[in-house]
Amino acid sequence: MNEERRKERLDRGIKARTEGLYAVSSWREVSYLLAPRAGLILFLLIAPLVVPGLYWQRVLALAGVYALLAISFDFLAGRVGLVCIGGAFMVGVGGYISGGLNYYLGLPVALTIPVATFFGALICTLVWLPCLPLRGVYFAVVTFMFPFLTSSVILAGGLFGSTEGLSPIGGFPNIWVSIYLMMSLVLFAIFGLRRLCGEDIGIVFAGIKDNDQAVIASGVNVTRVKMYSLFIATAIGCFAGAFVAHFSGFIGVSLFAVDFSIMPIAACIMGGPGTIAGPALGAFILAPLSELLRGFGQLRVVLYCVVLVGFILFKPEGLLNWVARKYHQFEHWVKV
Amino acid sequence: MGREKEVLIQVRNVSKFFGGVRALNKVSFDLLKGEVLGIIGPNGSGKTTLVNTITGFHKPDSGEVFFKDMKLTGFPPWKIADLGVARTFQIVRPYLSLRAYKNLIVPLWSPRARRFAGSRGGDRDAVAIDLLEEVGFERDAYVPYKLASALPLGYLKRLELARCLALRPEVIICDEVFSGLSMSEIASMVPLIERLRIKGVTLIMIEHRLRELFKVADKVIVLEFGEKIAEGIPEQVMQNERVKRAYLGEELGL
Repeated sequence: MNEERRKERLDRGIKARTEGLYAVSSWREVSYLLAPRAGLILFLLIAPLVVPGLYWQRVLALAGVYALLAISFDFLAGRVGLVCIGGAFMVGVGGYISGGLNYYLGLPVALTIPVATFFGALICTLVWLPCLPLRGVYFAVVTFMFPFLTSSVILAGGLFGSTEGLSPIGGFPNIWVSIYLMMSLVLFAIFGLRRLCGEDIGIVFAGIKDNDQAVIASGVNVTRVKMYSLFIATAIGCFAGAFVAHFSGFIGVSLFAVDFSIMPIAACIMGGPGTIAGPALGAFILAPLSELLRGFGQLRVVLYCVVLVGFILFKPEGLLNWVARKYHQFEHWVKV
Repeated sequence: MGREKEVLIQVRNVSKFFGGVRALNKVSFDLLKGEVLGIIGPNGSGKTTLVNTITGFHKPDSGEVFFKDMKLTGFPPWKIADLGVARTFQIVRPYLSLRAYKNLIVPLWSPRARRFAGSRGGDRDAVAIDLLEEVGFERDAYVPYKLASALPLGYLKRLELARCLALRPEVIICDEVFSGLSMSEIASMVPLIERLRIKGVTLIMIEHRLRELFKVADKVIVLEFGEKIAEGIPEQVMQNERVKRAYLGEELGL
């Protein structure tokens, strides 16, 4: 006779808690909560020091770009319910503003990046504003089209150096400045957005994701709240774009490359949708991996697809949700 | 007969078509301040459409709705809620991923609630839990802290009411708050409605459960195929021949 068994999950670490609420009563419990956060910070700050050579440092910085885009995507899709696949548009707008200001007016990097972040986000938000009442796949499709549209306009109109692009664009003083700027921004985005989502406006975001009709019936102008969230997310994307422009010393229509729209989705699904930190983790795994496979050329896209399909089918919760579960609970088999 | 009471909502000749279906046909009525108005009618008679039209979720094809002499027709639904006309949904719309009390952060964050809260509107969580207690969430049993997805329908219906109350509304339109509930759940809900009424909240109640409705309603409107076929105090309305026909069908004359 087969004996029936089931998996039992037991919480560990903190005694008094329910899902997401803790009563911390000792330093051990405090460190239990702080360890994952400290781990993330240390990983991002130490990684640039330990990778071999300048090439991999540059890869890490670009992984940061993808991480920011993935964070931005996950914030909108996982926390507000807006599926925005226009990462390339944010990168392009941020990059062209920042690079253009530097190329034409000679403004320093310290000025162009903040300006591009703010005004880029303003432009992205304004052009997508008419689409904000759209729901689900419609918003995704519209945002996905924008980078193609803009790059076509730039090519057809012969704007901003057209096919050649503009170069040189002033860069960062050295690799350390650029890489630690990127790392600190990734950390700022992760902790800032997670904090924001816990605030009251973050609860409103969650409400919009769960049931926008109920939010409307609560006397809240949903389109306006979506606009706030879109501004925050596109500011992150535009910063990433401005960074790429100065980091590569060049702006061109390649800033509107579809990679910037697609890769964040793969990173998000792999890392754990809705966790903000997970997608960043996914980006820091996927980007170097894709670099290792550079020899395969365009076949790299296959990698994203395999990762996407694989995770959707076999681990839809993503890495971070899975790790978090293992961290908070241990499992063992018990007889029924 | 002197009108000593202020008219809060005026519905004037409201019609609404869905394709060729006439969901509402020239419906008119007044809602007085402090009144509990029941709207009844068989399935498909246009009750929910009427709620949606008053609250701006549908645009009427003709006719107008006024709120204290202000024309509501054409306003977006959030604006109408902002003015103080709150509604519940027949099919409850909780935020399932949030805890019950966090569900109320959304209306408490709304511009209207913030206007009322003023400068001391700091701790919305505490206000939310008080509100939930008011509608019957047992604080001692930690019900307000449960995830909305873990709550039974009875609590979700109360949560809908609490969402309205958080807005400090002048009118609450309840779309079938009793439907889908067990007898005991309904029995515990009736006193809540009565309490609201004593507090002076003006209510429109769409309802199938006539017995419970007649306990609380001052006036009843009967809809059939989108038309208002009767209006009056509950006992009087049920004596009306058309109402009997609408509910019970034609007499067979056996």
